[in-house]
Amino acid sequence: MNPPAQSPAQPSSSVNMILALGSIALISGVLVVLVFQTTLPLINENKRIAIEKAVFHVLPGTLSRQNFVFTEQGGLMPADARVAGVTVYAGYDRQDTFIGIAAEAAAPGYQDVIRILFGYKPDCQCITGIKVLKMTETPGLGDKIAKDPAFLNNFQALDARLKDAGDGLLHAITTVKHGKKSQPWQIDAISGATISSNAIGKMLNESGEYIIPLVQAHLDSFVKATQSNDNAQ
Amino acid sequence: MTTPSNTSQKQPEEPLTMDTFLQGIWRENPVFVMLLGMCPVLAVTNSVINALAMGLATTFVLLASGTLVSLLRNFIPKQVRIACYIVIIATFVTIVDYVIQAISLDLYNALGAFIQLIVVNCIILGRAEAYASKHSLPHTLVNASGMGIGFTIALLCLGSVRELLGNGTLLGFTVFGDQFQPWIIMLLPPGGFFVLGCWLLFFNWIRERRESPKAEAIQEIVHGQ
Repeated sequence: MNPPAQSPAQPSSSVNMILALGSIALISGVLVVLVFQTTLPLINENKRIAIEKAVFHVLPGTLSRQNFVFTEQGGLMPADARVAGVTVYAGYDRQDTFIGIAAEAAAPGYQDVIRILFGYKPDCQCITGIKVLKMTETPGLGDKIAKDPAFLNNFQALDARLKDAGDGLLHAITTVKHGKKSQPWQIDAISGATISSNAIGKMLNESGEYIIPLVQAHLDSFVKATQSNDNAQ
Repeated sequence: MTTPSNTSQKQPEEPLTMDTFLQGIWRENPVFVMLLGMCPVLAVTNSVINALAMGLATTFVLLASGTLVSLLRNFIPKQVRIACYIVIIATFVTIVDYVIQAISLDLYNALGAFIQLIVVNCIILGRAEAYASKHSLPHTLVNASGMGIGFTIALLCLGSVRELLGNGTLLGFTVFGDQFQPWIIMLLPPGGFFVLGCWLLFFNWIRERRESPKAEAIQEIVHGQ
């Protein structure tokens, strides 16, 4: 009805709007990429330190580590960005003697998936420690799996022997009710945190069934890898 | 024939006073008075360190986004302002996200998704829309610092009580002896609501007491007459 009156009321043309949004997106892009590039080495270093700490924690006596990958065909390769498969961290002592491996395991807990790192020593054929990497269990109840000393004692030497054929665990790792542990392959649950305790048992059993036979079959490869590393140095 | 940009330029800006800073801490405290941003307030205040980190992260995003919005306020057309503010806020939240990962992975894991969720914290968009888009940079910075500090204080109020009662510690240091039985409920969501309710009650009680002498004085004058 009244076009001349309308034009001053609309000062921003489409060009202005696109210009404003475009320039803000550009500023945003530059800032985000800049910060990402600056913090990337620090974040990677933090992740490396976190993994190292966890590996040293679950494999007592470890002073250095090297990453390996079990490929889908069951072969063992030194870890490389190009190799896909299950990563294991091999731990070595002062003389660079192979001590054991640490690997990740995961299973659904009470609220979300619990991810842990566990250590395995071929000497005793046992699990030597666990470290919770990620969980959202209930504070004060389920989250005790990460710090309850009595519960963590289960994993000082949890029996994980293989069958004679070497194709699986001799005894399945199971979680039993609090105070009912009678065998070295059983995990004594935390009372009040049964679901979280069961999840730990389940993930150790599943992961152990898969990883431990592979580790035992490739024991020499772990040792060789460090020696070749030494020669290279 | 006044265009919107003309009106905003003509408005004389009020002088920068102590109140510009203090209103976010007391009179317009985002948590205890305006009850904004309740999601992080309840979710990450189960320990002092989480509360402090969330408070500082939010303060940084408030300051940085306020700066950009204030500087660009005459350049951003009204029709696309919300989209612009969200992009600006999301940028600084992403920056905070990377910086926290670079500082400490443990802290990053403890705060979980709530760092990313600062993008939708209504305190920040509210400040951008209600204050930064209408005020000059110094005003915006002073006001945003006040709001950020007010928010951090509120988170610390909740975080300290919840950590103390729920875990028997403060900033990770044991306060009570071994005999202390932690009130686990305080670390769980109901504890958050409970402690928030108690603090709201406390602050409203103080507010009422501060106002009541005035009311009594008026009553005395009325009765005296």
